[in-house]
Amino acid sequence: MKPAMKRLLTATFTLIIAAAAQAGVTIEQWTTGNGTRVNFVAAPTLPMLDVQVDFAAGSMFDPAGKSGLAALTRGVLDLGAGTRDETAIAEQLADLGAQLGGSADTDRASVTLRTLTAKDKLDPALAVLRDVLRKPHFDAAIFEREKARTIAGLKDAMTRPDSIAGKAFWETLYPGHPYGRQATPESIATLTRDDVVAFHGRLYNAANAQISLVGQLTRQQAEAIAEQLSAALPAGAPAELPPPPAPARAAVSAIGHPASQAHIYLGLPAIERGNPDYFPLLVGNYTLGGGGFVSRLVKEVRDKRGFAYSVYSYFAPLRQTGPFQIGLQTQRKQAREAIRVVRGVLDEFVAQGPSEEELAAAKANLSGSFPLRLDSNAKLLANVAAIGFYGLPADYLDRYREKVEAVTAAEVKAAFARHVVPGKLVTVTVAAD
Amino acid sequence: MTLRQLFPFLLAPWLLGQALANPYETTLDNGLRVIVKEDRRAPTAVHMVWYRIGSMDEVDGQSGVAHALEHMMFKGTPSVGPGEFNRLVAAAGGRDNAFTSRDYTAYFQQIPKEKLGEMMQLEADRMRHLNVDPKEFEQEIKVIMEERRMRTDDDPDAKLFEQMNAAAFLVHPYRRPIIGWMDDLENMSATSLKAWYDAWYVPNNAYVVVSGDVDHQAVFELARQHYGGLAARPLPARRDLVEPRQEGPRRITVKAPAELPSLILAYKAPILRDPKQDRDPYALEILTAILNGHDAARFNKKLVREDKVALSAGVGYDSTARGPGLIFLYGTPSEGRSVAELEAALRAQIDRIRREGVSEAELKRTRAQLIAGQVYKLDSMFGQAMEIGQTEAVGLSWKDVETMRERLQQVSAAEVQAVAKKYFDDDGLTVGILDPQALDGKPRRPAVATRH
Repeated sequence: MKPAMKRLLTATFTLIIAAAAQAGVTIEQWTTGNGTRVNFVAAPTLPMLDVQVDFAAGSMFDPAGKSGLAALTRGVLDLGAGTRDETAIAEQLADLGAQLGGSADTDRASVTLRTLTAKDKLDPALAVLRDVLRKPHFDAAIFEREKARTIAGLKDAMTRPDSIAGKAFWETLYPGHPYGRQATPESIATLTRDDVVAFHGRLYNAANAQISLVGQLTRQQAEAIAEQLSAALPAGAPAELPPPPAPARAAVSAIGHPASQAHIYLGLPAIERGNPDYFPLLVGNYTLGGGGFVSRLVKEVRDKRGFAYSVYSYFAPLRQTGPFQIGLQTQRKQAREAIRVVRGVLDEFVAQGPSEEELAAAKANLSGSFPLRLDSNAKLLANVAAIGFYGLPADYLDRYREKVEAVTAAEVKAAFARHVVPGKLVTVTVAAD
Repeated sequence: MTLRQLFPFLLAPWLLGQALANPYETTLDNGLRVIVKEDRRAPTAVHMVWYRIGSMDEVDGQSGVAHALEHMMFKGTPSVGPGEFNRLVAAAGGRDNAFTSRDYTAYFQQIPKEKLGEMMQLEADRMRHLNVDPKEFEQEIKVIMEERRMRTDDDPDAKLFEQMNAAAFLVHPYRRPIIGWMDDLENMSATSLKAWYDAWYVPNNAYVVVSGDVDHQAVFELARQHYGGLAARPLPARRDLVEPRQEGPRRITVKAPAELPSLILAYKAPILRDPKQDRDPYALEILTAILNGHDAARFNKKLVREDKVALSAGVGYDSTARGPGLIFLYGTPSEGRSVAELEAALRAQIDRIRREGVSEAELKRTRAQLIAGQVYKLDSMFGQAMEIGQTEAVGLSWKDVETMRERLQQVSAAEVQAVAKKYFDDDGLTVGILDPQALDGKPRRPAVATRH
């Protein structure tokens, strides 16, 4: 069992990761009486609060044959709750200048609220959020309407080369695993309101939730807010993870399309959140394709050959093994040649790793740009919520630069050798000649 | 340095008192203006250089020059080689990019605050010393063509918007796409880019915007040091082309591979020229918010949620620009509903406001959102610099932002009703329709709903 999962199962106790003498962004963490973990950062400058409630209720929990259920459940969650219908919720929040949002990805379903902290704004805005957590209506007519909109949206997405390529990439990377199961018009068409109610009942509970708060609050206020939000949820139990994805296996998927450009994705399942190789891979990938205009992929594919406007690579660690992905778009007739160049860059990088000069440049940027990752409440919230949700160490931000600086070229090479085997790469093209 | 030192704002309340005199402004002897917004929440800064030159300053046959030059600005000077600009910004722990609009071209770096001087040195260097190398251009123009394919040619909605614009304006250069027509890109030369650069990239046609954890006096001093030595030069005359009055509706159709049709109704609309005297642009902004400002605003509530005639619907209006304005109503019909039905439904929403006006509750709601938006805006340093830069770019001053905010708050229900009557006139209307084509030319698969 992964550390993150253990954390989910720990008993209720209050844990404060107080700032050590040299620490900085103070993430205060505790667990509510109802079993919800809380992450709080006091940001006293602006009279506003950002709240994010995350449930382990992303698409990885979609039952077989019901792909799209997680997203649809999240989509209809706030369309009527407690004493308010969907119109009343939207109007009241607009009257308060508050913004309710959120979405579902592979791992998480999130509900977010941004509000002013003046009492006459904060209290009623939080009351709406509590209702959404406590008693969503899942009105039958609204469910049918949103289902129809989702189907139409998916049909349209399936005519767009980037969407087709994206879905095919995940399907090809994760055969037999929920990460590979993509919502289709057909899978959505089978969903019923009962499915939504059951999915919600199974996963939207206090033990399977996490609350993150960033804003102008005292610890005492944050505790009271978190207690009330958590109390709106049934106690429940944490979600059980599906069996992990199978290891990487080479595959090629070529899909026809009349577009002028081929959309190309290469990649494989690489690492999960919390993997100790994360920092060597992050630093190494900066040189390969993560460092924007200065990466090897951009130099070879864009600058030298003019093949693409956008070419990049990244690791997306998830709860379970997330992908390493390279992406680009190029004129369809030169797709083969572009793939050959990309593979050449990748092969060379995996075989030799970065030069000392490249390594130093990667560290200088990743370490030097660290303050840019945290210079707004919105960015703090995103970081804090991810740290909490994935059970990363509470001193993750404090030690980020140190971890980056400590990476060696040999570690980069070793980590890539473990996780990015070029012979196991999946290649997906849409609209390539 | 410890993180505690890096983030004092997390530990001690910092009240907004310092914001009173903010932003600050000076003008260098060479005509370069420098505007500074101090925001001490985090040890970072945003540095932007804005040039008062955009795609609207291009001429026929040379569309895309402003944007292509933006790409070439990263391709080197005598002292900073091709690609070195990006490398130096990255080494400083920064992120950089640029954007070209119809009205302006702008370059920015987000950086740890102590790197501001270095960034100014780099920007000052390429303001006057760019090497528009034909070999670099030959590669870069291919990148730009790929960008056009990605952003426009393979995106049915972008293509619809491009062609709708080309139909809405006969004379005004807003009819041309910012990225340029493909044929113009194919025929573009390094020589034309060099001429563009020499004419327009001078300090007296630019302004610098800095936001972040900086002292304005120190920023002014840095600016004098780095930009002060660049010579001003008279700018070429600009010819303001006047769009003739539209005298009847125009309709265009774009066929493209897609599943769903979409629709745009674009009406000629006023632009804010005098922030103190003009009224209609403010009223149209409020009208836009009432139709589209939140999930239960009129369009979503009536067209998407109640009548289900639209999968989505919206309104677009930008009251500030150098050139003429448009207000757009747009949407995608639900399955089984036609574009014509959606058009009628969108028009019916405007007709209703013409007949019945809007409620005080709706106005109050819009004001509440404006007030909250003011606070939320302060969460982004980049957003604050953008607001200053964009306001200046359209010929207004950052000092007008406060006036504009006040005037928006003062818009009355009667004014909203009046602009609904005045501007949604078919004689100034351009309709754009996306006619979706099957990918393989075969008939589309039946709608899923019919199978179950």
